[in-house]
Amino acid sequence: MKMFKKLAEFLLPAIALGGVVFWYLTAPEYVSDDLLAGMENGDAIAGETIFWAGGCASCHGPTGKKAAGAAENKSAQFVLGGGHGLNTPFGTFYVPNISSDPKHGIGSWTGKQFANAMLKGVSPDGSHYYPAFPYTSYAKMDVKDVADLWAFMKELPAAANSNKSHDIWLPFKLRRGLGLWKMLYLNNDRMVEFENPDEKLARGQYLVESVAHCGECHTPRNIIGGFDKKRWLAGGPSPDGDGNIPNITPHDSGLGNWSLNDIVYSLESGFTPEFDSFGGSMTDVQQNMAKLSASDREAIGIYLKAVLPVASKPK
Amino acid sequence: MKTILKSTIFAICATVCLTGTAVADGHLEKAASARKAVMQLYSFNLGQLGAMAKGAVEYNSETASAAANNLLALVSMNQGPLWPQGSDYVSLGHEAGAMPEIWSTYPAITEKSKALMVGATNMAKVAGMDLASLQGAMGGVGGACGGCHKVFRKKK
Ligand code: HEC
Ligand code: HEC
Ligand code: HEC
Repeated sequence: MKMFKKLAEFLLPAIALGGVVFWYLTAPEYVSDDLLAGMENGDAIAGETIFWAGGCASCHGPTGKKAAGAAENKSAQFVLGGGHGLNTPFGTFYVPNISSDPKHGIGSWTGKQFANAMLKGVSPDGSHYYPAFPYTSYAKMDVKDVADLWAFMKELPAAANSNKSHDIWLPFKLRRGLGLWKMLYLNNDRMVEFENPDEKLARGQYLVESVAHCGECHTPRNIIGGFDKKRWLAGGPSPDGDGNIPNITPHDSGLGNWSLNDIVYSLESGFTPEFDSFGGSMTDVQQNMAKLSASDREAIGIYLKAVLPVASKPK
Repeated sequence: MKTILKSTIFAICATVCLTGTAVADGHLEKAASARKAVMQLYSFNLGQLGAMAKGAVEYNSETASAAANNLLALVSMNQGPLWPQGSDYVSLGHEAGAMPEIWSTYPAITEKSKALMVGATNMAKVAGMDLASLQGAMGGVGGACGGCHKVFRKKK
């Protein structure tokens, strides 16, 4: 009994202290208010470009029967009712409704709340989002682009549907723990350091590393779901467990044989240099890239040519 | 145009519906490899058009028309016999790259063939006009190829 009391005297404060530290470390972080002063004054026209570059409709857009032909039909893609299931090693995430519907979507949000979701992965009630929402890439976006995107999204139609809740392993249901994960992976660091990048390369870097989040699929991850930074864009098994994602570094086992024009043209048309066509989830990405300016596609190509070549791992 | 479309779709339906017809051994493998050969012919003709579209070779109206007409002829061909049930990659292994969903969700795939028919018809109409028209029609064809590959072709 005495023994037990002694143990308890020692353990309980330790657990309590651990709890306090955990609570402290996992607390949500917000973007400072003065940075967000322009959030309600974005430019909706510029926002449309960000919308396509960011691929919001590929996840939040129409699903199932409604999705048939939606990729080719621009206005169908503006209905962001969600519902799409994303398979990951941690379970299935059902993409939420982010339409302008005030009840089922995010129509009642403020610009600041939207910015904190995009840039800090924090919801209006202060909980952490799962990185199945690729905010670790969006976090590197310019606030002005987030404001423009918000202005554009407010003009999109309302969708009055709610969706299934995520079907994920029990330990991951506790969102608070994601705070620890964010400590490791949520930052503004560049994935590649260039000496004096020119304007085009810098634009390509911004699009690939942040808005267009190419690395979310093309970079392999470690067991806790963080990027394997040394293998940036080097491809690997698909995180949804189905097939492989190609290496898009300039290594011979990647895009080494693709000229800059080949890369740029593939993003415009969906054709590889052999005139096979893209398949899988890349078809949606390509349809989005086709809606950007030729100069943005070129910037992406220039960046892909400039990153470190990394050899593919044998399958 | 409509009749070609209808007969193609009918032909695909007929094969999908009339499964189990007695055919010689190895016919599934043969169908899958013939199918891949057709895909290669698509690619070959698109390669001619694409080389001009992307500026790798100079635009030539006759070459462009010929390639676009070939593509349309291939797409208009009665492809029913090339798609027998059981010629998916799960049943045949590496011989094929077709998803079993082609047959389990039939007739969803006919929408994809129709989309390619629309893209190829448009291409045949405009490829010989000028470079800009050819360039403008490439995306429609690429979207149709990718639209089918996205759902019905085995992932890389
Ligand atoms: C790869 C798929 C994917 C893409 C691409 C994506 N999202 Fe999401 N998004 C998700 C998932 C999954 C969630 C739910 C996260 C959670 O529950 O923690 C989400 C959540 C959100 C939320 C929070 C909604 C709520 O009800 O709390 C917002 C806002 C949002 N996304 C906006 C966007 C915007 C804007 C874009 C494009 C720039 C975008 N998303 C692109 C998957 C995606
Ligand atoms: C949602 C996941 C996803 C995202 C995001 C993504 N890709 Fe892909 N990408 C793929 C898949 C899957 C393939 C294989 C496509 C196939 O099966 O034909 C691919 C293929 C490619 C290829 C062809 C490689 C080859 O060897 O055939 C290129 C080039 C490419 N992606 C570039 C990009 C760029 C640039 C971006 C960012 C703008 C991007 N991808 C974003 C999934 C993705
Ligand atoms: C109706 C669906 C469909 C359409 C439309 C389609 N494909 Fe395919 N494609 C497939 C399937 C399924 C495979 C996998 C091979 C098989 O049939 O087993 C494939 C495979 C291929 C291959 C690889 C062939 C090989 O040798 O392994 C190429 C190249 C190709 N397609 C090019 C194209 C091009 C170019 C277009 C557009 C002009 C196109 N495809 C349109 C379904 C389609």
